[in-house]
Order: sequence, then C-alpha cells, then structure tokens
Amino acid sequence: MHIPDGFLDVQTSVIFTGLSAAGVAVALKGARSQLDEKTAPLAGLTAVFIFAVQMLNFPVAAGTSGHLIGGALAAILVGPWAATLALTIVLLMQAFLFADGGLTALGASTFNMAIVGVWAGYGTFLLIRKILPKKKTSIPVAAAIGGFISVPMAAISFTVQYAVGATATYSTTTVLGAMVGTHILIGIGEGLITGLTVSAVLASRSDLVYGWKNNTQKLEIRNA
Amino acid sequence: MYLHRHTAIHALPSHLKIIAAICFILVVVSTPVTQWGAFLAYFLWLFIVVKMAQIPFPTLFKRALIEIPFIFFAILMPFFGTGEKIQVGPFDLYREGLIAGSGIVVKGTLGVMTAIILSTSTTAREILRGLERLRLPVLMVQIASFMLRYVNVVNDEMERMKVARESRGFEATGVKSWKVLATAAGALFIRSYERGERVHLSMLSRGYKGVLPQEHQHKIKGSVWFIAMLYPLVAALIFITQLLIGTM
Repeated sequence: MHIPDGFLDVQTSVIFTGLSAAGVAVALKGARSQLDEKTAPLAGLTAVFIFAVQMLNFPVAAGTSGHLIGGALAAILVGPWAATLALTIVLLMQAFLFADGGLTALGASTFNMAIVGVWAGYGTFLLIRKILPKKKTSIPVAAAIGGFISVPMAAISFTVQYAVGATATYSTTTVLGAMVGTHILIGIGEGLITGLTVSAVLASRSDLVYGWKNNTQKLEIRNA
Repeated sequence: MYLHRHTAIHALPSHLKIIAAICFILVVVSTPVTQWGAFLAYFLWLFIVVKMAQIPFPTLFKRALIEIPFIFFAILMPFFGTGEKIQVGPFDLYREGLIAGSGIVVKGTLGVMTAIILSTSTTAREILRGLERLRLPVLMVQIASFMLRYVNVVNDEMERMKVARESRGFEATGVKSWKVLATAAGALFIRSYERGERVHLSMLSRGYKGVLPQEHQHKIKGSVWFIAMLYPLVAALIFITQLLIGTM
C-alpha cells in the first residue's frame, strides 16, 4: 500500500497531501491535550514499535508470511491521536530513508494508513466495545474486529484515490473488487494478530492499553 | 542507508536536496507517458547525478527493488483491460494498458531512484533537519528524531527476543504459532513504551520543557540554491525541449 510516484496525478497527490496535513494537524492537537509534553517520547517510541513490529513475520502457509500494518493496534494501545502521528512518521521515514513509497505520493499513503486505517480501526473498536459486555475479555475481541475492519477500509480509501486520479486503466470496480477482496484476507490476519497482541499487553500491563484505560475503576478504599 | 562520500551532492544543504528531489519527481510525474524521449533523457540525467554522488550502481538497483510489489500491479495492466489490442511477441496486449502500465513503472522507478540518491547522500539526521527547515511541525520532527534514535535499540530488543524464543525450541510454522509471536509483539510494545517513559523522565530531569534546543541556521547563498535546483531544472528543460520537438 506504499503508493509509488507517478501512480496518482499531481492534482490528486496535492489534494490528499492537504487532507493528510489537516488530519495530522488535528492529531497533533489531540495528542498534545492527551499526552502533554510526553507526546514526543511516547509517540516516538510508538513509531519505533510499529516500525519494528512490521518486520515481525507471521507465517501463514506454504512458505508465505505476512506482517502487521499496526494502525488499529497503535490506536488501541496509545490512543488514536498518537497512533496517527506514529504511523505518519513511520511512513515519512520509510519514504525518505528507504525509498519505500513515493515522496509525492506520501500524502496519499498517509491518508490511507495513518488516517483512514487508524480511525476506521479505532472507531470500529469503540463501537464493538460498546456492544460487548464491559469486561476485560471483551477488549481483545473488539481490538481484533477493529484491526480487521481497518485494512479493507484503507483499501477502499486507496480505491477512491485510484478513481480520482490514477494513471491506470483498470476499471474502478475491478480495483475495488480486487483490493477489498485481498485486503479482507489480509485484514483477517491483521485482526487476529491485533487481538492477540492487545490481549498479551492486557495480561501484563493493562494500564498501558488506552482502549481499556477509559474503563478502569477508580482506586477504592475499603474498610477492613 | 547513508554512504559517506565527499561529493558536491553530499555537501548540499539537506532541505534544498529535499525540494530538488520533490520538484524533479513532480516534473517527471507531469510528463505525458507517450513522450518516451523525455524519459530516456530523465534516466540519463539521473544516472549522471548518481555518478556525481559516487553511488555504486549495484546499490542503486538493489535498493530500487523495493518497488517490486507495485510493478506487478502495473505489469498485469496490459493483460486485463479494454479497447484496442496490439501484438507484442507472443502476447495479445491492450494498448492503453501497456502505455499506462509502462508509465507507472518508469515514473515509479525515477521516483524511487531519486529518493535513493537523497537518502544515500544525506544522513538521516540531516534529512530530519531539512524537513524541520521546511516547516515540518516541531513535534513531528521530535517524534521522528526519537524514532531514529531508538530504532536500532528496539530492533536489537526484538532480535534478542527472537533468539530467546528459538533457543527454547520455538519454530514459527503457521497460524498456530501466532499466539507466541503476538505475545512477543505485546512484550515489545511494553518494553518500547516503558523506554519512552524512562526517556521522558530523564529528559525532564535534564530540564526539558517541551522544546528541544534549536541550532542556529546559516543563510544559504544563491549559488548553492542554484546548484541544488539544477536537478529539477535540467528535468524541466528536458520536458520543455521534448514538448517543442513534439509540436514541430
């Protein structure tokens, strides 16, 4: 999903760079109010974590393997604001240091993964958390569904960009079908890994899970 | 990624290199795919710059392989399309698809190679400083510099966890090993986050108030600007020349 240069025309790249810039500006504001001056080190280390975890290979079958994208996971663990910032920085560094993803398409890639991916995942997570019973065991389930939804949503966002300004000849419906089809499969993996990872963090440091912290009980002092 | 050399390209201020790289790619992207003469000239010019930056060609090509996934997308295009068909060797291809597909490959390759010139001739730290001068929000620059500083630490941590898993006889074979790997990912998150908290506390104890000390920025001479902008300017010249030849 790292879009190369020359895939989208200049106008589309400019439009989506603008949208991403606006999204990142909102996220900066949100992260500051949530984390205050802790934003830089914590979002920075989250970015490192996402970057590293994307290199962790999950074997599927017959020699193939996949890796996590991590948008929904980051949102559930550190909150959607910091997650947007972390994902944006990961994409920025990948484009500038590893030539992975075109420099002019950076805005478009950021929009798909750091904004749509993160917020679709987090929104779904909130919705499912609301439906499920208010128990700790519900959180990984909601996280898994959030992770699952985030991937095809990012694929749909890519298809929108494709329809607006791609220099390619597949029909939009073909691309939509192919992208959503494959990304539903990828999303199943993403969802499973997201759920399992959140459950692992919950088991040892549940206070670090942003999506659970909102529900933690206040310390209560009981009489003996 | 960075290759240490003493060349004119390495010495240019990083923010100018970033502007030059993006402008070059914008010129390339705006060129109609049918102007194949212009693309030949772009590649030639790009290779001259690669030579000037003393980047070994094998390195350039090896690193350019990163765009392979998208090339598949483009290569399939002539096979699945609509409209006029032409015969190329044993294949029956769609003309429109062939043009669009090769356009994506060619423009994408020029973009990737430009980014490779940028990142092999500029240290990661310098690229960040360049982005800072180009008004990337300070907080974003700080997040990115934390990422750069700790990426090796966290990667090493992940490697140690892998060694630990394997020395206990673990072998990732399929979906059933995901639980173990996800637990490792969770542990990695906790360790990264806790490191973030420790770093933050140590910064506070050294007097951090939310901004990092700024370095003094030198004024850049016009001639340096001109040299840096030669990269997109020559491309623009090629573009204009090709348009003129095209209309004649």
